[in-house]
Amino acid sequence: MADFFSEFWHYYVAGITIASIAGCAILLWSQSTYKVRLGADGKAEETTGHVWDEDLTELNTPMPRWWIGLFWISILVAIVYLVLYPGLGAWKGTQGWDQVGEYQAELAQARLDHGPLFARYAAADLEVVAADPQAHAIGERLFLTYCSQCHGSDARGSKGFPNLRDADWLHGGEPDAIKTTIMNGRTGMMPPMAAAVGTDKDVENVAHYVRSLSGLAADPVKVAFGKPKFAACVACHGADGKGNHMLGAPNLADRTWLYGGSVATIMETVRKGRTNTMPAFGAFLGEEKAHLLAAYVWGLSNEARPEPVETAAR
Amino acid sequence: MTGPDGVAPRAAVVRMYAAREDIFPREVKGRYNTLRWAAVWLTQLLFYGLPWLNLNGRQAVLFDLAGRKFYLFGVVFWPQDFIYLAALLIVCACGLFLVTAVAGRVWCGFSCPQTVYTGIFLWLERRIEGARSAQLRLARQPWTLEKIGKKTAKHLAWGVVALWTGFTFVGYFAPIRSLGVETAAVALGPWETFWILFYAFATYGNAGWMREQVCKYMCPYARFQSAMFDRDTLIVTYDLERGEPRCGKRKGEARAKAGGAVGASAAGACIDCSMCVQVCPTGIDIRNGLQYECIGCAACVDACNGVMDKLGRPRGLIRYATENGLVQKLGVDQITRRMLRPRVLVYSVVLCILTGAMATSLALRNPLKLDVIRDRGAMGREVDDGQIENVYRLQLMNTSEEPVRLQVGASGIPSARVVETGIIEIDGTTTRAVPVRVRIDPGAGKPGANRIEFTVRSVDDFGLTSTSISTLTVTEGAAFIVPK
Repeated sequence: MADFFSEFWHYYVAGITIASIAGCAILLWSQSTYKVRLGADGKAEETTGHVWDEDLTELNTPMPRWWIGLFWISILVAIVYLVLYPGLGAWKGTQGWDQVGEYQAELAQARLDHGPLFARYAAADLEVVAADPQAHAIGERLFLTYCSQCHGSDARGSKGFPNLRDADWLHGGEPDAIKTTIMNGRTGMMPPMAAAVGTDKDVENVAHYVRSLSGLAADPVKVAFGKPKFAACVACHGADGKGNHMLGAPNLADRTWLYGGSVATIMETVRKGRTNTMPAFGAFLGEEKAHLLAAYVWGLSNEARPEPVETAAR
Repeated sequence: MTGPDGVAPRAAVVRMYAAREDIFPREVKGRYNTLRWAAVWLTQLLFYGLPWLNLNGRQAVLFDLAGRKFYLFGVVFWPQDFIYLAALLIVCACGLFLVTAVAGRVWCGFSCPQTVYTGIFLWLERRIEGARSAQLRLARQPWTLEKIGKKTAKHLAWGVVALWTGFTFVGYFAPIRSLGVETAAVALGPWETFWILFYAFATYGNAGWMREQVCKYMCPYARFQSAMFDRDTLIVTYDLERGEPRCGKRKGEARAKAGGAVGASAAGACIDCSMCVQVCPTGIDIRNGLQYECIGCAACVDACNGVMDKLGRPRGLIRYATENGLVQKLGVDQITRRMLRPRVLVYSVVLCILTGAMATSLALRNPLKLDVIRDRGAMGREVDDGQIENVYRLQLMNTSEEPVRLQVGASGIPSARVVETGIIEIDGTTTRAVPVRVRIDPGAGKPGANRIEFTVRSVDDFGLTSTSISTLTVTEGAAFIVPK
């Protein structure tokens, strides 16, 4: 028995339980009658003979019989319960009930109830699902439950967590790419590039060059010096700095920053690199929910998004 | 009772539990009985009728547990309004205390559901089994076909009333009209069936079988009512001085004629007809004084007054009086004046304050409710030009039945504003969670948590906030985090 360290505790718990029930029964049986003194007329006295505060006595009026019956019924119920259900030490009960079994049964029932709906959406194309108001409402609830912790309730992310409402995608914004991201997760890894780029001065120049790619304010001299040093970055980000979805390398020319676009932040990124992980949700959520979520997320930045439906909830 | 050696034993074994002795109260006519039936009609018309009343296209009184909305005529209560239920219960308790201090157990005797349903069940019983004497005879006679028939008819009649009561009770929690259709089609859900049968069983058991035992052994209120009693509380009393010594009518008249000549005391007014005992629903003899079983129903008062009327003697041998009133021979006006004693005044003042506070709070109740849930995972984020943005989920509850159009604003930090959230429409009695972004200018807030306040205001069809009092406003604080 996994619940106990040793067999002893099974007998200990069961013994105490049985002894308590038996004790209650003995108490009930022995206390249902009692001895009274008889008065001078040979009749039983009406009081228990106890006196408090000089003159307060206690009548021994009998209780109704059903009252004691209730106690006997309670004892019977306890015995039947302990036979049917676990409660007597390691005894599992004849019903074979346990919490895990009940949870599994409820889960199976829920699958039975909601399965057809999910299955219908799972069979449809993501673009079609995204245009369905009910699917949108389901997707929104799923998003608020499973995704909003990192990406925010409004799906606009925050530092280190991508904004899902803009047109910029690290690993591709096509419906299937989004579903793959949800199912399998993603790992984005930019190695520390300080050694490859050069001195601190070089890193700063590269940072200015990177800012210039998306037309942000930058020192033209530093941009000119940084451009050749950017050669260390083209393998992933491409010669034009537009990134590579295959590698998860961000587009550096679209004014969208995962960690921030200031010179200092870009320098930090170049020097120390960045590692970022989106966990795989496929095994946890299952394909059907991932499908609905992918449609919802894709819909956030695409025209297919339906008018939001008002959901009456608690 | 003697032992084998002819000497009385000094002790005997007594059972602590005994079977209940059946009580067949005699039907009684009189002022208080009429009053009780008035209370029965009033409470039961209300109970059985209320769920059938419709208002605003819905059941006027409906406690929708699954939807967690509680409709009470024009008002919709939500679980957040639970305080009003607590307040109502406290007001009811204070009302009971006040009534008990003034007039003892009148609640028990006249309007407690236990008394009311027992009254209805007794009435049915008498229609089928006959008056008290017939009932007694029936109880003693063996199980003949007639007895079986009468008992079956009685229990069937009780069952019908009980089932109707159970159905009505459930009709307060599930729309009674559709419940009626479901019942007629034998298509009730398992829980509806259970609760109808459960409440029916409780009614049948309590009013048919348990009766006075509920008051004697089960009711907690009966047990602590004595704390509200004092010597100026109205109770059902037997005028000992006037009634004793008891003696039959003729014997009494003879004694009265003889006067003090025989040396015996003058005859008391009580003729020992035992009518007061026969009508008592709890089976006690009120002439033994105030007893814990007495529920103050005054059936004995009615019975005794009837007898006194027939004898041509003044009424009131058994009557409502106070202990002091009886001992000090106070008149009705003196007893009435003693009602204004500190205990009663304190209960009255507490009751008035509570009722007033509850009514005020209800009148000022805001039908719009707001919860602000800050996104926990994401701290503040930097957007265009170094502006700081925080995300919140606003849980907006429209507890009224009218749709509202709302505008959200934020304040607390200079330049704080809500971004891209237009007019939010919420239907009646619904809730919406709306993600809302708040932005501040660079450097406007100090690094770390800043206090801000959301204000949600209802707007008219043109999107303007009017200044009329019909504008609903609700504010709620939240934290705005500026990254360090």
